[in-house]
Amino acid sequence: MAVINHEAELARAGANVTGWLSRVLFFTRRYPLGAVGAIIVGLFIFTAIFADFIAPVDPTSTNAKYSLAAPSSLYWLGADFMGRDMYSRIVHGARISLAVGVGAMSLGAVIGISVGLASGYLGGWFDLVVQRLLDIMQSLPLLVMAIVMAASLGPSLKNTIFAIAIPLVPTVARVVRSSTLSLREQPFVEAARAVGMGELRIAVRHVLPNTLAPLIVLATAQLGSAILVEASLSFLGLGIPEPHPSWGRMLSESAAEYVRTAPWLVIFPGVAISLTVFGTNLLGDALRDILDPRQHS
Amino acid sequence: MGSYLVRRFLLMVLTLFGMSILIFVMLRLVPGNIADILVDASGADPRDKARIARELGIDRPIAEQYVSWIGGLSRGDLGFAYVSERPAIEEIAPRIPISAKLAAMAVVISVVLGVPFGVISAVKQNSSLDYFLRVISLSGLSLPSFWLGLLVLMAAVHWFGTIPIFDSNSRGFWDEVGMLALPALTVGFRSSALIMRLTRSSMLEVLRQDYVRTARSKGASNASVNYDHALRNALLPVVTIIGIEAAFLVGGLIVTETVFNIPGVARFLVEAILWRDYPIVQNLVMLIAFVVVMVNFLVDMAYMALDPRIKFAD
Repeated sequence: MAVINHEAELARAGANVTGWLSRVLFFTRRYPLGAVGAIIVGLFIFTAIFADFIAPVDPTSTNAKYSLAAPSSLYWLGADFMGRDMYSRIVHGARISLAVGVGAMSLGAVIGISVGLASGYLGGWFDLVVQRLLDIMQSLPLLVMAIVMAASLGPSLKNTIFAIAIPLVPTVARVVRSSTLSLREQPFVEAARAVGMGELRIAVRHVLPNTLAPLIVLATAQLGSAILVEASLSFLGLGIPEPHPSWGRMLSESAAEYVRTAPWLVIFPGVAISLTVFGTNLLGDALRDILDPRQHS
Repeated sequence: MGSYLVRRFLLMVLTLFGMSILIFVMLRLVPGNIADILVDASGADPRDKARIARELGIDRPIAEQYVSWIGGLSRGDLGFAYVSERPAIEEIAPRIPISAKLAAMAVVISVVLGVPFGVISAVKQNSSLDYFLRVISLSGLSLPSFWLGLLVLMAAVHWFGTIPIFDSNSRGFWDEVGMLALPALTVGFRSSALIMRLTRSSMLEVLRQDYVRTARSKGASNASVNYDHALRNALLPVVTIIGIEAAFLVGGLIVTETVFNIPGVARFLVEAILWRDYPIVQNLVMLIAFVVVMVNFLVDMAYMALDPRIKFAD
């Protein structure tokens, strides 16, 4: 007969883990890929915040003498055609990617949560109209919608954030709506109503916090998507304008001409984009396993 | 079933109608129009702007322009391209087969890579091979398509001393396949990563089912259990994602066609946006939206064909 060691099982499940440090170590052991993702995302955020201290020179300062300089001790990752230091540009590019990624994700989440919560909670004709509007928005791929919006609004940092945030709204709204639909029938909502709580307060105080787990997972995935879409928009010349050092624009400048002559201009900005998105994807997978075990990978 | 189909059809029409209004209004919000661009670029007399706008009909009220466009669209008249001054249909139609072939090849590549590797990853769960395949698939979702395209170009330069150039006068089927293979691989890699991840999780779920255990206990071989019993039932969500990805490949096509200089519809859309060529942009966006809603509809239908347990209520 199999003997179950309850203590060992509880320890394996992390029941005895107390304190933030041992909690971090427990999750690191349990989700090693997620820990790698968290380190990458942490480094990305650190670089973006402290870019002024990490970058050795101003990313916009030019030096014609060093045009297309190969990687060296002076220019670690080489220099572009205007002699601008690629390392400094990539470090400052993290700031742009973080601003657009977090900005678009947050704006999309705020609008999506409001729309989804109202749609699921109010139901009726409001829900019907909102669902049809979301259908319309979802009939175009994310990048196509973002391209049309970016072109309509014109190139600027603020407009790029907005152009990426709006296409992200339908997914958030649909996730919140479906959670809200099942939550509004739960006994705790009925209890809140019975003690005389207002509908808006019930929705915000009781229903919304219960939709957070899938939302956090979705937000991490959308952070990666937003960074990729920004890079694509800037690559196509519809995103962040000069002089902001956007990773996508760096690739656009170097695309066809320098594939042969200065490959470092193609390699390093691409590595920065891919590594950052890879980190957010790893972290997102681990968060999904932790917060939403029904969708366990 | 009959009324479900009618309802779905009406919803599709409503969605496309809503998209037509959305795209039309959004394009008119764009700062500057083709008249501004043409006059500013040529340094001509600014008074010509009003004349050009009148000739192109973009000085008319927005509602009038919309009715004229939709009326023409229902008769199969897409209007005239502003830049080339040729009928928009003549500009768009020759580009559709190029993008369609590229998309079809990308879908084939994504299925050929995604499904078998997804099955292997699930069958060898938590092995080093599984970890390796999972990291590869996750990197497929993390690499921007245009960067992957540039890397492919760099590799071509390194190994062959040249980059593949698209030639619309191909010499037969295999010549065309060879020409589109690298761009299709670039676009298909991302979709294959998605398909692989879904195949893996779907297979893992099915492999834990009782009937799979029964098949094993009756002595069925591993291959028979994995492919005859499990994969068949794991494929339903995979078919959905293949359908949706096929429709959403357009995003990947836009940047890949730009990198590889392929004259398809996706690259043409970006060029038309930059030139404020409204007739081209609005018709192309409607074409993309039509493809997406049609594919969604076909995926729903495929559900029923693949799984007889699914019935849509009337």
